Amino acid sequence: MEAKRETEEQEKNWEPKILAFLCRWCSYAGADLTGSSRISYPANVRILRVPCSGRVNPLFILKTLRSGMDGVLVSGCHPGDCHYTAGNYNARRKFAILSNLLQYVGIDPRRVQFSWVSAAEGDKFAKVVNNVVADVKALGPNELFRLPQGGQPAPGPASAHE
Amino acid sequence: MARIGVFVCHCGTNIARTVDVKYVAEEMSKEKGVIISRDYKYMCSDPGQNIIKEYIRLYKLDRVVVASCSPLLHERTFQNTVKEEGLNPYLMEMANIREQCSWVHKDRAEATLKAIELIKMSLAKVRMNEPLFPKRTPMERKALVIGGGISGMQAALDIAMVGHPVILVERAPSIGGRMAQFDKTFPTLDCAACILTPKMVDVRSNPNIRILTYSEVESVEGYVGNFEVKIRKKARSVDMSKCTGCGECMQKCPSRVDSEFDLGLGKRKAIYIPFPQAVPNVPVIDRTHCRFFTQGKCKVCQKVCPAEAINYEQTDEIISEKIGAIVAATGFDLSDPNDYSEYGGGRYKDVINGLQFERMINASGPTEGHLKRPSDGKEPKTIVFIQCVGSRDENLGRPYCSKMCCMYTAKHAILTKEHIPDAQVYVFYIDIRAAGKNYEEFVRRAIEQYGANYLRGRVSRIFEKNGKLIVRGADTLLRSQVEIEADMVVLATALVARSDAVKVAQMLGIPYDQNRFFTEMHPKLAPVENVTAGIYLTGACQAPKDIPDSVASASGASVKVCALFANEELISDPMTAQVNPALCSLCKTCVDLCPFSAIVEEEVKRPDGRTQKQMRVIDGVCHGCGACVASCRSGAITLKGYTDQQIFSEIESLASSF
Repeated sequence: MEAKRETEEQEKNWEPKILAFLCRWCSYAGADLTGSSRISYPANVRILRVPCSGRVNPLFILKTLRSGMDGVLVSGCHPGDCHYTAGNYNARRKFAILSNLLQYVGIDPRRVQFSWVSAAEGDKFAKVVNNVVADVKALGPNELFRLPQGGQPAPGPASAHE
Repeated sequence: MARIGVFVCHCGTNIARTVDVKYVAEEMSKEKGVIISRDYKYMCSDPGQNIIKEYIRLYKLDRVVVASCSPLLHERTFQNTVKEEGLNPYLMEMANIREQCSWVHKDRAEATLKAIELIKMSLAKVRMNEPLFPKRTPMERKALVIGGGISGMQAALDIAMVGHPVILVERAPSIGGRMAQFDKTFPTLDCAACILTPKMVDVRSNPNIRILTYSEVESVEGYVGNFEVKIRKKARSVDMSKCTGCGECMQKCPSRVDSEFDLGLGKRKAIYIPFPQAVPNVPVIDRTHCRFFTQGKCKVCQKVCPAEAINYEQTDEIISEKIGAIVAATGFDLSDPNDYSEYGGGRYKDVINGLQFERMINASGPTEGHLKRPSDGKEPKTIVFIQCVGSRDENLGRPYCSKMCCMYTAKHAILTKEHIPDAQVYVFYIDIRAAGKNYEEFVRRAIEQYGANYLRGRVSRIFEKNGKLIVRGADTLLRSQVEIEADMVVLATALVARSDAVKVAQMLGIPYDQNRFFTEMHPKLAPVENVTAGIYLTGACQAPKDIPDSVASASGASVKVCALFANEELISDPMTAQVNPALCSLCKTCVDLCPFSAIVEEEVKRPDGRTQKQMRVIDGVCHGCGACVASCRSGAITLKGYTDQQIFSEIESLASSF
């Protein structure tokens, strides 16, 4: 009984956990500008800095979801502006393929989102975060790899169907 | 086992107002490997940095995490701090709890919890950090400048002045470039040759510059600091060491050929120098028009040469040079006015382009400075200039503005009135782009002082009638059509990339845009550099440019070359990719992906004596973007400073927080 009430409480207060991979040259700087401009956004996002959005291996995104997080954002420079000329194009292509894989595996592809944010777009980054948080919140918790209370990440899809 | 120090900054109240920094520092001391964790008001200040140094000493720390502002701001600061205490700077990580935490969240509990998680991410990463050391590769501190026009010469002079040897390659028989073809230059109306020739003499007399004219770059191999360049010295058929420049050969040569320098308006000989002030003042034989080479006859030049300098047996010579940096100064061509059949399409001899006008009005040109109609040699009394012929034209796939034409047309208008004071001068324009220093005043002079008639409108047709050229156009300000009976029409054609620009770009391994201009590293902040390390851009080959901007870009490119040459060795950022040959299958997916061509295949000798192919990342060229790492199917390539293991551990650290 106690455990059930606890879970109900958790479900009511549930906030999505989102990890954002931001490229060091544009999106990370854009997120900094959001801060310098004192624009607020929800505290659901944790930021992981990478040199380029092209550095993001789809395995990172899958690992993030397997670790129990509810959503992933990958953000890079606008097309044509990549500091390394073409990394953001690589990211976009990989992302398109990953989207198909997620659908196939049974993860709602809307949990993984992609954006272009330049170093001058502090307000855009805040908008992107707001949208991602709202979208992922609407999808509910990441049940497929839901972490049991205080334990290790779920071993695989089979156990999530209990 | 790592010994980590965590330093949580208040940043005054910027962080402390929203994040409970004391609590955070306390919580972090419980983390695995953290020996000491404390907070401080201003971590980046001198006393703050001294605390870090003191703690490294006191607690024998081998990893440091600073939780403060954005690393984009202070990463270098704290890297230097730990370096000063003897710790490798890449063993320091920063957690951004200001710009990406305290400044964007209002709830104290949420912000504090997030700060803790962000620091845990940094801790997870720093535990996996390894010391990184900048790689030093030997470098050949010699520059190659391709193109002997004004920007190429300026670049060569600037680099040579600092003391580095420069090879200046020019494919024409003389240096000087386009500027040698001009009569006067805007906005000062300086005589072009008068300001150009002293520079040419400077180049010739500079001991650090080796000029190779009538030469072309054949191939470029290697990478920054270590280019292998092959240059073809075309056979002049004249021995440069013997020729005195007396000019007898040119006087006596019986062949007359259309002069490229005069754009077909005049003739030159088969043995020639392009213009009187040529550097070097040594002629070349145009073997395609020389009677000896085409028919086996003549040989007059050899007979009359007092220095016995003519050598018909000369052959092209290909030399190899080791080069550290290359400056591309290959310049521009002009578009074909015959693109516009409505302007005659080349049928009318008296419709010429701007450069032909320059040659005509130049005292050492084909008409000795007199404006003459090419058709009958008469002096024109009514001259019509048309701007934007070929530029700003989407239909031709040339939407850009050529930048110089408004100015040189105004100059031509002024020069016409100076030569023929009673001439009627009309200029058809769309806009007037006179943005440079004293440029607007110059155009105003053409209109107000010299009486040039500026008509805002385009010309729809030019046709001949009774020996005159009828120019039919619009005057949009008067809202009427106009027809002018002109004696001569001058078209301001577009500045275009050289016909072999793509070949040159591919040889150098540099990108070019849809207009075949070479692409700069960044349109705003790096206009003279290139994504390909060691290649620099100057002059009109990068974009339409006038003389002042060409000279400025040349000096800009030179300082970049000199900065590269400032150290004896090439010191590269250590956050580069690295191949583990044991895992690599030589699929070369990484090679195709790398925007900098930093990955090469090499033959390596094994201990048993056999050779084996291996992929290697050239540290000096790799920019550390990680595109290769994200695509390697074998996991054979890794990015130092952002390895898969580091990133996975950051992700995992968040999992255990939920």
